[in-house]
Amino acid sequence: MMRQICLVAVLSMSLATPALTETAPKEVQFHEGKVEASLSGQPGDPANGIKVMTTAALGNCVACHTIAALPEVQFPGDIAPPLDGVADRWSEAELRGIVANAKMTFDGSFMPAFYKTEGFIRPGGGYSGKAPDGDLPPILTGQQIEDVVAYLLTLKE
Amino acid sequence: MYRTTTALVALTLGIAFAGVAAADPVEDTLVIEAEDGMVEIVTTAPAPDHLKDVMDTIYSGWHYREDETRDLERDDFDNPGMVYVDRGLDLWNSPIGAGGESCAGCHEGPESLAGLRAVTPRVDAKTGALMTIENYIDACVTERMGQESWGWTSSQMKDMLALISMQSRGMAVNVAIDGAAAPFWEKGKEIYYTRFGQLEMSCANCHEDNQGRFIRADHLSQGQINGFPVYRLKDAGILSAQQRFVGCVRDTRAETFKPNSEEFKALELYVASRGNGLSVEGVSVRH
Ligand code: HEC
Ligand code: HEC
Repeated sequence: MMRQICLVAVLSMSLATPALTETAPKEVQFHEGKVEASLSGQPGDPANGIKVMTTAALGNCVACHTIAALPEVQFPGDIAPPLDGVADRWSEAELRGIVANAKMTFDGSFMPAFYKTEGFIRPGGGYSGKAPDGDLPPILTGQQIEDVVAYLLTLKE
Repeated sequence: MYRTTTALVALTLGIAFAGVAAADPVEDTLVIEAEDGMVEIVTTAPAPDHLKDVMDTIYSGWHYREDETRDLERDDFDNPGMVYVDRGLDLWNSPIGAGGESCAGCHEGPESLAGLRAVTPRVDAKTGALMTIENYIDACVTERMGQESWGWTSSQMKDMLALISMQSRGMAVNVAIDGAAAPFWEKGKEIYYTRFGQLEMSCANCHEDNQGRFIRADHLSQGQINGFPVYRLKDAGILSAQQRFVGCVRDTRAETFKPNSEEFKALELYVASRGNGLSVEGVSVRH
């Protein structure tokens, strides 16, 4: 069981190595929580966004959030507000900022920062429990974040 | 902290944020059918004074598990952890020392250690060191029996831990947090509230702020250790408290501390103190 999880984690880590064209996590400009520019310079793919949000080794958003539009997701968590209607509440730039680093919008948030690589206490290499080999990659790539944002923008009520 | 922010977000946006209703700990009572009679276990108790500002009631992790898992703990005959207790008893009676010594040779029956599990970790009056049950076992194995250390998570160590914990079953957890224990307790408390790893999560984020809620399919308990060691169905084996800490810290994408590190020993004392008033469960069952 554990082995499987680790393997998935390792795989996802290699996927999370950002492409060179992406804005590096350290370079992202937040303005009152908002991030205006696409992190990858490319549009997002909402279908892949769903995959990122519902895969445990990737975004795993459903560990904490429910999404009524995705009834096939089994056992979503109930820690955070449901994501239904987020596109009515937040702009694209706000959503990009929340997914990249929610602490810029919600002070002290429990929500992890998905595009951040420094400032952690004892960060590990994925779920290995060990210190990372070399630089710590962000949890999601810039493109994966764009994909998630593209899907979130479809969540209107 | 997060709750107020969320409530605020929900309020200002005028959305109903209830979602799936947070599931409370199951209302139930635990009386264990043992070989020599029934043992009542206190699984719900008023919070100890040092926790009163954050919660009123403490609950054993038993209350958060499914019916079938809870039932396994009601009868020693069904509790898979009892196998390890039996193995511990064999080890207790074996002449394993360099000079043929056994635990029984010095301590007589294991019941001579009744009460120890309820008050450990504790500071040893002579040495000033913080001692877990594993530390006491290790001192006997290495210093008094001339054996190589069993390490902290070997099967021998955990069988013995299971046997010794069982001797305090039903007694109230009552670890000291003042006097010589105070600096260790403070250190453990600091670790409990530190947000570790790339996910930046503390023990308190999950087990204090969000207990009763679901993180994916997992029903978050208060992370109490009165039930430890536990028989974990997922692992089909016995798990010590510090092994559980390793798993939880790893799940925050952090570099964990090791069992028997100063950090985890202090954390074990602090977490144990959050359960002062609950019964020692001996060897509990979790999924
Ligand atoms: C460990 C818990 C957790 C995870 C995982 C998580 N979030 Fe969140 N999220 C929160 C919390 C808590 C809030 C509420 C803001 C606050 O109080 O911090 C939130 C708020 C949000 C909001 C604003 C919601 C609203 O209704 O206004 C969005 C959008 C969001 N999250 C998207 C995501 C996405 C997308 C992912 C995955 C890539 C994700 N979250 C993963 C905990 C989480
Ligand atoms: C990301 C969330 C999360 C964090 C952070 C976390 N845990 Fe846990 N913990 C869990 C889950 C999920 C379980 C299994 C369900 C349960 O018992 O709550 C668990 C179980 C436990 C248990 C077993 C309880 C029982 O009765 O079987 C203990 C003890 C525990 N955690 C202690 C800790 C400590 C100490 C820390 C900090 C070092 C910590 N946890 C951090 C999620 C977390």
